[in-house]
Amino acid sequence: MSVLLIAEHNNKNLKPFTLNAITAASKIDAEVHVLVAGSGSENVAKEVAAIPLVKKVLHCDSPNYQNYLPENLAPLVTKNADKYDHIVASANTFGKNFMPRVAAALDSSQVSDVIKVNSPDTFVRPIYAGNAFATVKSNDKKRCVTIRPTSFEPAPKTGGSAQVEKVEAVDIPNFSKFIKREETKSERPELGTARVVISGGRGLESGENFKLITDIADKLNAAVGASRAAVDAGYISNDHQVGQTGKVVVPDLYIAVGISGAIQHLAGMKESKIIVAINKDGEAPIFSIADYGLEADLFKALPEFLSELNKLNTIQK
Amino acid sequence: MKILVAVKRVIDYNVQIRVKEDGSGVHTDNVKMSTNPPDDNAVEESVKLKESGKVKEVVAVTIGEEKAQETVRKALAVGADRGIHVKADSYIEPLGIAKILKKVVEKEKPDMVFVGKQAIDDDCNQTGQMLAAMLNWPQATFSSKVVLKDKSMEIVREIDEGLETIEVNLPAVVTCDLRLNEPRYASLPNIMKAKKKPIDQMVAKDLGVDIANRVQQLKVEEPPKRKAGIKVSNVAELISKLKNEAKVI
Ligand SMILES: Cc1cc2nc3c(=O)[nH]c(=O)nc-3n(C[C@H](O)[C@H](O)[C@H](O)COP(=O)(O)OP(=O)(O)OC[C@H]3O[C@@H](n4cnc5c(N)ncnc54)[C@H](O)[C@@H]3O)c2cc1C
Ligand SMILES: Nc1ncnc2c1ncn2[C@@H]1O[C@H](COP(=O)(O)O)[C@@H](O)[C@H]1O
Repeated sequence: MSVLLIAEHNNKNLKPFTLNAITAASKIDAEVHVLVAGSGSENVAKEVAAIPLVKKVLHCDSPNYQNYLPENLAPLVTKNADKYDHIVASANTFGKNFMPRVAAALDSSQVSDVIKVNSPDTFVRPIYAGNAFATVKSNDKKRCVTIRPTSFEPAPKTGGSAQVEKVEAVDIPNFSKFIKREETKSERPELGTARVVISGGRGLESGENFKLITDIADKLNAAVGASRAAVDAGYISNDHQVGQTGKVVVPDLYIAVGISGAIQHLAGMKESKIIVAINKDGEAPIFSIADYGLEADLFKALPEFLSELNKLNTIQK
Repeated sequence: MKILVAVKRVIDYNVQIRVKEDGSGVHTDNVKMSTNPPDDNAVEESVKLKESGKVKEVVAVTIGEEKAQETVRKALAVGADRGIHVKADSYIEPLGIAKILKKVVEKEKPDMVFVGKQAIDDDCNQTGQMLAAMLNWPQATFSSKVVLKDKSMEIVREIDEGLETIEVNLPAVVTCDLRLNEPRYASLPNIMKAKKKPIDQMVAKDLGVDIANRVQQLKVEEPPKRKAGIKVSNVAELISKLKNEAKVI
């Protein structure tokens, strides 16, 4: 029995995490159908149809779905859920927002943040900020599942030609209104998918000092992350936060600067391939998970790091 | 107006949890417990709205064993007016919690329900959204700013791309982020006064809702441990290791 996956997009392009969720969905069942709900979203439907793992696209285009308000999106998903055993989305702020509404409407107990698919009904998910992994079996007939995107490879984007079926919009409740979205614009790679991430913590002491981080990020083509303390202190905006209540990242290289390594921060980065910690406190817990630790004052180490990088004749991009 | 605020008792966020050897869960005996952190923000926001004069009553509710009452007492000590304790001896999934909260909402008829965005034990991030769906109410999740108007709320939400502003009609469910406010501490006199505030008791299984768990926990394990790394003595050595050993730059 097939899987209905809900695509995340901005009405022009598919968001990258949908590709990781598609890979996970295909491990639940090969018959993966994708719902694209949006407004002026033809291009997204075409993009999804070209993904080889996708067997069918359900496309619903209506102003109702312009800003994917969960109150509007969830009833559309629920109405189209009949033929499916699994409803799947990414476990990011998009999926976390609407999926529990779908689950409640279907009287199904949602399985959140899946990092491994053992079988169509058995999954592994982190609990306690990733300090334990739970293997869980869902006994619901219809299973609502959100996928931790960084735990699955992105699905290849081209070569497929799935059929696109139009579906009708459903009535919306009209009790919530989108006002505005302030997206942090950046030329740098996205935090969730970057190969290299460099993060700053409270040790940076100010927003201005984050320039020490961003200069290196530009050199390494890295995304910029932050601890909650740095965000709370206003050094940098919330979308940079890595951790239990921020984003999960799994880059090839994660550089933590002036970050102590609280379990809530580790929850978001400890699966990174190589971890570097720069901290002046030799006892900081971050060193216990770092492959390479440098006990140093960041105000001295970072400028040196940049100048050493400048000396290298090649840097991997 | 009236607010219902949900508080959950969890292992304190500072505790390094330990997985049980038999894979049945994590150790909870003699472990420090406290209110789920974002639920403190939910209580704080409710109390602030009361202090602004727009809200007349704040009712704090918890679902859990006898000791879960402590979380309600703590809410009462920082300004909630009364409490409700729905007794349940074992873990109930968000779906069941939302059904219980719906019953409480039908009885109390609040204009707003405030919950935390995520419980830091099960890390589900579901209850508020499920409750909103069951009530057919709008929701404002991951809220970092709340402005209460006459018949609606304007909310700033933290999303992956940055911030989003929405307006939801009342009644509505709000799920709170840690950045929503700075929870206050209870003063000793207020802790004493809170002891006299009433807490209604109910029993979960008497509420006539299906709270049987649908997701079975087969086993709980420790995540794979990282190998301990090395300390480098200077920046040049670090660069060299990254370039020649790890081959990541
Ligand atoms: C429910 C909950 C959820 C949370 N979620 C998250 C989350 O998602 N992400 C997150 O990051 N946190 C989260 N936290 C907060 C977390 O517990 C820590 O408070 C936070 O991660 C600390 O940030 P920090 O390491 O930047 O600051 P600190 O712990 O203050 O550490 C600063 C570090 O900088 C070092 N330092 C200072 N000056 C220098 C210098 N000149 N050179 C070198 N090193 C220096 C210090 O030695 C210290 O180790 C959460 C907390 C709770 C309760
Ligand atoms: N047993 C409970 N008692 C009271 N509130 C709860 C309970 N479980 C969950 N909640 C509320 O729902 C929020 C989200 O929980 P969860 O969906 O489990 O991540 C929490 O922050 C609480 O506000």
